[in-house]
Amino acid sequence: MNQETLPDEQALLDRFLADNRLFLGPDPEIMRDHRVGPRSDLEQTILEKGLSPHEVHHVRGLLNAALSEAFTMCNQMGAAPGAKWGDLVSGIYTARGDLAMIAPHGIIAFAACCFYPIKFIIKNWISDPTVGVRDGDGFIHNDARYGGIHNTDQSMMMPLFYHGELVCWLSTTIHEGENGACEPGGMPAAAESKYDEGIKMSPFRIVENFQLRRDLVTFLQNSVRDPKLQLEDMKVKLHAVLRLRERVISILDRFGRDVLVGTLRTHLEDVEAEVRRRIRELPDGTTRVIQFMDSSLRENVMQKISLAITVVGDRMIMDFRGSAPQFTNRAVNTNIASFKAALCTGLLQNIWPDLPHTMAVLSPIEIVTDRNSVIDAEGEMPQAMSLMPLFKACVVWTIPMNKLNFSLPQRYSATIASQYDQAATFIYGGLTQHGDVTGNFCGDINGNGQGARSNADGEHSVSPVFGFMCDTGEHEINEEDTPIIRLGAQRLARDRIGWGKYRGGLGYEQIATVRGSAMWGFMTGCEGSKFPSAQGLFAGYSCPSYQLCKIKGVNIFDVLRDTPQAIQEFDIVRLMNERPVSGARYSSVDMGMTFEICNEGELYMICQGSGGGYGDVLERDPALVMKDLAEDLMSHEIARNIYKVVYDEETLIVDEEATRKCREDYRRERTRRGRPFNEFCQDWVRTEPPAGLPYIGSWSDPAIIYAMSGGQRVTMKADQLHGVFMPNPKDVRIAELELQLAQLQRSTGGGE
Amino acid sequence: MKVNITEYLRIELDTERWECRRCDRELGAARENYKRGLLVYDRDPREIHPPLLDSRLYSRTYSPDPAWCRILEYYCPSCGTMIEVEYLPPGHPPLHDIELDIDDLKARWKKGAAAEPERQSGSELPVRKLAPAHRHRG
Ligand SMILES: [Zn+2]
Repeated sequence: MNQETLPDEQALLDRFLADNRLFLGPDPEIMRDHRVGPRSDLEQTILEKGLSPHEVHHVRGLLNAALSEAFTMCNQMGAAPGAKWGDLVSGIYTARGDLAMIAPHGIIAFAACCFYPIKFIIKNWISDPTVGVRDGDGFIHNDARYGGIHNTDQSMMMPLFYHGELVCWLSTTIHEGENGACEPGGMPAAAESKYDEGIKMSPFRIVENFQLRRDLVTFLQNSVRDPKLQLEDMKVKLHAVLRLRERVISILDRFGRDVLVGTLRTHLEDVEAEVRRRIRELPDGTTRVIQFMDSSLRENVMQKISLAITVVGDRMIMDFRGSAPQFTNRAVNTNIASFKAALCTGLLQNIWPDLPHTMAVLSPIEIVTDRNSVIDAEGEMPQAMSLMPLFKACVVWTIPMNKLNFSLPQRYSATIASQYDQAATFIYGGLTQHGDVTGNFCGDINGNGQGARSNADGEHSVSPVFGFMCDTGEHEINEEDTPIIRLGAQRLARDRIGWGKYRGGLGYEQIATVRGSAMWGFMTGCEGSKFPSAQGLFAGYSCPSYQLCKIKGVNIFDVLRDTPQAIQEFDIVRLMNERPVSGARYSSVDMGMTFEICNEGELYMICQGSGGGYGDVLERDPALVMKDLAEDLMSHEIARNIYKVVYDEETLIVDEEATRKCREDYRRERTRRGRPFNEFCQDWVRTEPPAGLPYIGSWSDPAIIYAMSGGQRVTMKADQLHGVFMPNPKDVRIAELELQLAQLQRSTGGGE
Repeated sequence: MKVNITEYLRIELDTERWECRRCDRELGAARENYKRGLLVYDRDPREIHPPLLDSRLYSRTYSPDPAWCRILEYYCPSCGTMIEVEYLPPGHPPLHDIELDIDDLKARWKKGAAAEPERQSGSELPVRKLAPAHRHRG
């Protein structure tokens, strides 16, 4: 700007630019700022005057109850499978759109992302004469580029006017699932651009005078595979918000505007102050962790997430620079706001679970990323399977924070290894047995095995990584609504465990088929088939790798009718190794599978995974090893080879003395085979990733990023990242086969 | 004064040395990467996560792919306790995962605010409870 521009010329120019913005896209000013904003003048006046702590406490309790009621309404009435398992939220925001409180149930992540679209509405629609914000309005939104976790979640946001003044905002959000994307169920791994992701609702008004506008509702129904679901849940969210509104108005009538406004603001500021106090408690220093994601869900490609947590006084800086670049045409990107929401979740889920669930938890924490990295993706890139990096963010705290806070005399939760962090569930779509079109996902996504703790084993299939208050749902309900039949369910995945002094909690097997549908299919979206996903802590091992197993070319219902004795039990390992049905096609493939047709009676088999282990396996109490054997969680080879326990296999009686000696011998073997660190590194460390490994992200220097272009390795500067374009896996396969064919033709003397 | 940093490592503030909590062995300067004082072994991940599916029939068997993943095991050179494991792609530089400000640590513990007796490993940790108003239960 020319320095000589006069102030009023500047104002004119600003006004012109503001009035003539071509497209109100996602606004970096909103989307890149996760902090609670400054006090408004009203908040300042109220807080200067002072509030009675008793009244604040009282109002906070009433709000909590009101939010809980709105949550329960969505939970009980919502048609989406996600609603039934608690994948939803109700929230209350300040007049400026800072999220003060969410219901004390469900998904914590919402506490750190629902405010972005409200800030967009405040910034753009209130003053826009063609839109405006009035009493009785309700706004809808689903595009995570404008805020939110991902595009399956739809929100209903409502301003609350009291005596004509906008006092606060209210919202409900449900993971609806189906959204008209290129694959059913709302999380299309096949999306190659944002235009493959289905409906993209920027925040707009869909409710006027407290009623849904039928013309817009029809448009949305027309855009998704499940029009009944779309209508029903929009009504559910609206009426839950209206109930919440009634409750808040009664609080306003009783306590007055100032107490409500003051309470919302005080709640945010108190939480921020407490977070800063906890950061100050930590020793100054830096701890680091690397996570690897081994799949784009279309092909195996190694993506690095690099994190250094630095604490200096009451500042905490999370530095993610050096992480993998974004994909131009793969769905596993996330935008930075969604990523931060997952960070907030992980902090509340694993480190400070006693803090109130509000955006103020993350507000004091500084987050540094490389723009256009897979965790800070921008532009036209798809992000429909953002769950992959988001789940990593949920567990990324566990290792470095436990290394920072182990020395503290008091902590706020157990010292815990990483929970299993994959979306290990079937996503489905097709025609139901009732003739309806549908698409969604199963509640098994919520059954992740817990990480081991410093004083106890992890719990089996305890909760999702993104919310400890969710349930895995009822298969019977699912079987009523969909043609999916569960042949194996909730059977713990034997021998698939993060070992340690304390072991991770196990995941369970899921064996699904379909019956009575004219067309049905599944997809699965998990990484970790080559490189394990859940990390152990303090020498605990990670979980193993998992994959998708299939038995195709069979109708299991015919087999069960004609030769019921053929299948002894629905156990993945036995079915795959014994191959009891002859003529069927057995395969074990990556757990990232785009939508695929499942014919009646074909089997698709996956596992929920184990959390990471804690501590040296040689320190595991032999009695706990025997307990795992008695509970059939693992086999004798593991007890002998990993835990080095000597015992009687019949009676499970441990020979304590022989075990002690066996472990002592093994410790000596370790010191014999281990090499001094520096000497080891001279041989081990390579200057760049192995030639055959498709690898993206930094290697030794976070400023240099390795990537791929047209199958060739390239490097870029971390501060100048651009997207990685992946070739179609089918084209890659065709090229491989053509090469093989040409070689074969040459060797047999044939021509082209 | 000794400060526990992990299940197996502590820092002796007076000497500024890392120590093994199991055998008291000194493991090097606390201002340096503790891994320098340890022994390392490159594990084939299939030894720790053995194949459950028949590897003659399938390439994916619940074992990590050794071309993608190796397990570095770090041992105390004196007692052979496994202090840390690290899952890395082959040849990736090991991480300098703990880099504390030793002067700050000394100052904190000198004040005594953070002082506590040596815990038995695995004992129940004191968990500070907030007032009920801050607790969120379903
Ligand atoms: Zn030792």
